[in-house]
Amino acid sequence: MNGNKSLKDFERQIRECVKCGVCQAHCPTYKERRREGAVARGKIALAAALLDGGIGLEEQLQQDISMCLMCGSCVRSCPNRVPTHEIVGAIRRQISEHEGPSLIARGVSAMTGSRTLMKALSRGGAFLSPLLFKKIPETSGLRLRFPIPAMKDRTLPRIALRSLFDRVPEFVQGREEMPTIGFFAGCSITYAYPEIGEAMVRILNHRGYSVFLPRRQQCCGIPALSSGDGRLVEALAQTNAEAFAKRDVQSIVTACASCNGGVGEYYRTMHTDLQEFTDKVVDFSVFLQQDGLLAELEGMEKWPERLKVTYHDPCHLKIQGITREPRAFLQALPNVDFVEMENADACCGLGGTFSVSHYACSKAIGARKIPGLAESGAGMVATACPGCIMQLQDSINRAGLKMRAVHILDLLASALP
Amino acid sequence: MDEQVVVELKGIVGAENVSTALTDKITHSYDATQERHLPDVVVYAGTTAEVSRVVMLANRHRIPVLPRGAGSGFTGGTLPVKGGIVLVLTHMDRILEIDTDNLIAEVEPGVVTAELQRQVERRGLFYPPDPASREFCTLGGNVAECAGGPRCVKYGVTRDYIMGLEVVTPEGDIIRTGGRALKNVVGYDLTRLFVGSEGTLGIVTKILLRLLPRPEAKKTMLVQFETIEGAAQSVAAIIGAKIIPTTLEFLDAATIGCIRGGSGIPLEADCSAVLIIEVDGDAVTLDGQVEKILAVIRPLGILQTRIAATPQESEAIWQVRRMVSPSLRKVAPDKFNEDVVVPRSRVPDMIHALERLSAEYGVAIVNFGHAGDGNIHVNIMTDLRVDGMAGKVERLLEEIFRTVVELKGSISGEHGIGTSKARFLHTELDLQTISYMRRIKAALDPNNILNPGKIFTDRLPVPAGDAGGSEP
Repeated sequence: MNGNKSLKDFERQIRECVKCGVCQAHCPTYKERRREGAVARGKIALAAALLDGGIGLEEQLQQDISMCLMCGSCVRSCPNRVPTHEIVGAIRRQISEHEGPSLIARGVSAMTGSRTLMKALSRGGAFLSPLLFKKIPETSGLRLRFPIPAMKDRTLPRIALRSLFDRVPEFVQGREEMPTIGFFAGCSITYAYPEIGEAMVRILNHRGYSVFLPRRQQCCGIPALSSGDGRLVEALAQTNAEAFAKRDVQSIVTACASCNGGVGEYYRTMHTDLQEFTDKVVDFSVFLQQDGLLAELEGMEKWPERLKVTYHDPCHLKIQGITREPRAFLQALPNVDFVEMENADACCGLGGTFSVSHYACSKAIGARKIPGLAESGAGMVATACPGCIMQLQDSINRAGLKMRAVHILDLLASALP
Repeated sequence: MDEQVVVELKGIVGAENVSTALTDKITHSYDATQERHLPDVVVYAGTTAEVSRVVMLANRHRIPVLPRGAGSGFTGGTLPVKGGIVLVLTHMDRILEIDTDNLIAEVEPGVVTAELQRQVERRGLFYPPDPASREFCTLGGNVAECAGGPRCVKYGVTRDYIMGLEVVTPEGDIIRTGGRALKNVVGYDLTRLFVGSEGTLGIVTKILLRLLPRPEAKKTMLVQFETIEGAAQSVAAIIGAKIIPTTLEFLDAATIGCIRGGSGIPLEADCSAVLIIEVDGDAVTLDGQVEKILAVIRPLGILQTRIAATPQESEAIWQVRRMVSPSLRKVAPDKFNEDVVVPRSRVPDMIHALERLSAEYGVAIVNFGHAGDGNIHVNIMTDLRVDGMAGKVERLLEEIFRTVVELKGSISGEHGIGTSKARFLHTELDLQTISYMRRIKAALDPNNILNPGKIFTDRLPVPAGDAGGSEP
């Protein structure tokens, strides 16, 4: 059975595009390319033509369909809320199914040639270690984002880097009367930013919760979704749902916006019924606000020395309307002076596997964040997605700014006793 | 399309900027009218010289050329109804100069209107025309259609801000009109000829824009009325009292019905019309302007007045206005949006006539828009799947347009004629006038290659010597 929606499932929504062109004002790839094939309206026209049989999966169509970050910016501004990101996903799966490895997949392998990206994303070369890479499961999105098959069998100096699973046990006992919270960490936090994951577990535990970090959890599937690998998404969804069913968890918290977009938002659109799992998925900022931590922070006295911090909206939170909660935390943190920046909600340019298949465009979209970051006067940009952190730091370094991209949890952890 | 022409096009703009792939033909086949016509080839130009050479080539081979910006027009101005070359200008998007000494900006046609506005506002200047699509439409398109917007009540339309143009003629020559001097009576006023010519007389490749000092402050208010007459009379009364607000937007009862409940600002149950009024200028003058307006409209049946105290409250009021278009789908699946305009004092007459026609034809008509300049967006809401409805709508449209002309108005205030309204051109213009226009077109574009099939229909009698009428 096919758990993912097909293009046909979106027929009604595709017909609702009125070709007004509003999406041009919001699409990061269109602003960069200024070509109709890059914008949602163009893709919806192609989707309609595919449904009508007026066009096949020709090369230019595949190119245009690959030119999308699936950030959902167009959906938010569309008068009829046509879900272009989901429709692009459906076409990419169709391309993979009918044509074999897509242009995007080929782009993924071309990525190995991009040393700058690897360097920027690999945190001091840690990812370049094949030993480290072997630790990352075959199905992980990190492999799609950073495929380095050429280095598979080469010997490199051993780099001691312990993943989140090496640092935190599978179950951390909390107070007796408090429920257990599942933590869906995701690949980036587990393997690249385990400190963020540790902070999450520590904060939850500090609030009295028991924390369940199942070892069998896998990639959320967002990179596979982005590259059109529908079967992989299905398998990951099943495995993840089963992994968290092992214990009675009240909620499943994410600290990676992309993962939330995957295990929460995307799984909900699938034909496969995963409701028992997806109903529990919640972003950390929403969870901790409901938990009362935000109110406690608001009651704390501000520190005399504070960091000036601005906020970048990760697409996968923004599209779900989660824009107030992360800001509320930054405003409440005693160690932070929060400032807004211009274009806070513009995509960072990472976009699943987009940065791999269209690195130049991804870089240019990333660079569009720079004026807003610089003018904000902040020393740090906080966000709620490790993917955004990687890309933002890459853009910041490239522009020569003195600024650090961090996770809200980093700041939160340092403010709490 | 002749393979050799494609090769030559690639030689002019580079192979990466020419496509005959079906994908590109599809993505350049439509605009906001939702009609679809496939071009033969899609070309992206980067410079005036490229535009000129493409047009020369097209003229030599008698191939239609369709200049295209954001493709957000409502009347089919960019549709390749006769095939040919869609010539996209979005890559010509540089702001070449903002001259703060002379209050002039020079731009390429692909610059997005709101982007120019942001850039000049940073320098304390102001470019007033504000079409609803300003966040994505291009200035080239604004010039071609003579775009308007809510602020035109006080500030006028695109035409009033164009000082000069660089234009590629239908034969590929590059000419310059107007200039940087505020007064200029040398030769014909070609600038005015090109503004609003819908891409049929030339392709604009550079634009000299007049700027104003940015108003210091503004004040927004939302007024709810008991009756539609009250609101319509208020529009006439405000203007009659010699007050010109920046914007004076009108929503009728049907419009309010669509947005009630969803709007952030509660609308009274018996409210049957809304005016959104904004004034701008020096901060000290604003309260006085607001009071004067309120004094004039107070006797006309006001239910409630909300005056925004903060930018956020002002934004909440404008949010009500912006909700309108997307909400209309609740009424009926098919919409005919006509941007008719009447002299301001005739707004009440027009509203009455529309109510009468709506009842007579049994078709919902939703009215809102820039009432302050008499520009009412008349939306005929219908379901074309109903038998005989298409013919009914056609008769209704014709009757609306005749009423507009009787009231000394125009059948289009800002959207243009294109293909959508070409068949109604005769309701406003007499045959001699149409013939005069067609002779201009024929003289300047002897091979009828620039945006053929727009403004004038082929059904009308063709005047002698009018090559523009002899379609291929």
